[in-house]
Amino acid sequence: MKSRQIKIIILLSILALSAGITPAVSAMHIMEGYLPPRYVVAWGILCIPFLAAGYFSLKKTLQRQRKTLTILAMAGAYMFLLSSLKIPSVTGSCSHMTGSGLGALLFGPSTVGILGIIVLLFQAILLAHGGITTLGANTFSMAIAGPFAAYAVYRICRKLKVNKKVCYFLAALVGDLFTYCVTSMQLAIAFPSETGGVSASFLKFLAVFAPTQIPLAVIEGLLTVITMIALETYAKNELSYLGFDVGVKINVKE
Amino acid sequence: MSKNKKTVIILSIIIILIALIPIFLLKNAKFGGSDDAGSQVVSEITGSDYKPWFTPVMETVTGKELPSEVETLFFCIQTGIGTGIIFFFLGRFYERSRAKEQKES
Repeated sequence: MKSRQIKIIILLSILALSAGITPAVSAMHIMEGYLPPRYVVAWGILCIPFLAAGYFSLKKTLQRQRKTLTILAMAGAYMFLLSSLKIPSVTGSCSHMTGSGLGALLFGPSTVGILGIIVLLFQAILLAHGGITTLGANTFSMAIAGPFAAYAVYRICRKLKVNKKVCYFLAALVGDLFTYCVTSMQLAIAFPSETGGVSASFLKFLAVFAPTQIPLAVIEGLLTVITMIALETYAKNELSYLGFDVGVKINVKE
Repeated sequence: MSKNKKTVIILSIIIILIALIPIFLLKNAKFGGSDDAGSQVVSEITGSDYKPWFTPVMETVTGKELPSEVETLFFCIQTGIGTGIIFFFLGRFYERSRAKEQKES
């Protein structure tokens, strides 16, 4: 057991390091100034109810079990970490993962909105990556639509009695891909093609983003499975507070 | 070897392969960001070079585009913060379950 634990940690570190040395160029997110003002406002407003729901759900989780705060920090850090790693893809360009699937699995989709906006603000202000004016649209795609898709997939797979690890994998994969579909949609609505309208534009943007993103979505799915294995091994108490069945019985005060 | 350990090792190898193979296969590719590809499509659809109507905050403050070395620094800081938090807590969890095991045995 002991040597196994050490090995998992070493492996995860190597993984993180090897991903960190890949060439760094900008990727994903709608760039600063690229959405016309009225869409900036519209997406921003659309995010507000989700963020409010996220805040309340977060408050409830933490009130019920203060100890889950550590897992929350880890889920946030996971997003922070994954969205800083730009990985080369088969299309010859780089993109990065979202990391929102893990948070959605652990805390439910709305909570991830709060975590995501922190990551996006950091990148928008310091890195000129994404942007302040496109914050609303990017929050919606990465921290709201993606996590909700991931959570829905997870629930459906669990209902169908699919293997737990496969559930984690599919949820994170779909969450990541769906983020890019929404980004394409957002760009398509803002820049409809003259001949084919929004749908033609949508396909064009999707054709740029999707092939790059598919291998990365697979990586995110696998990484999420590894992280969940680590948590299930070492953080049984916290996971059972969050409603996971890991073979530990704990009385949760309602 | 436990089942979990095997899974973790196999998955890690697959991840590394997926991430690294494109670099070796596509010798001529530049590996630029898909963001830039996105802005090209915008120009293509609108028929002219789209002028972003807002410049990033850092560029406004410093008056120039962020040097790529400094950008790498910021990205490393982001990676570092994320990795630090995850493994700090994972280390604590690990120590905790080890202590519990020793107590029981």
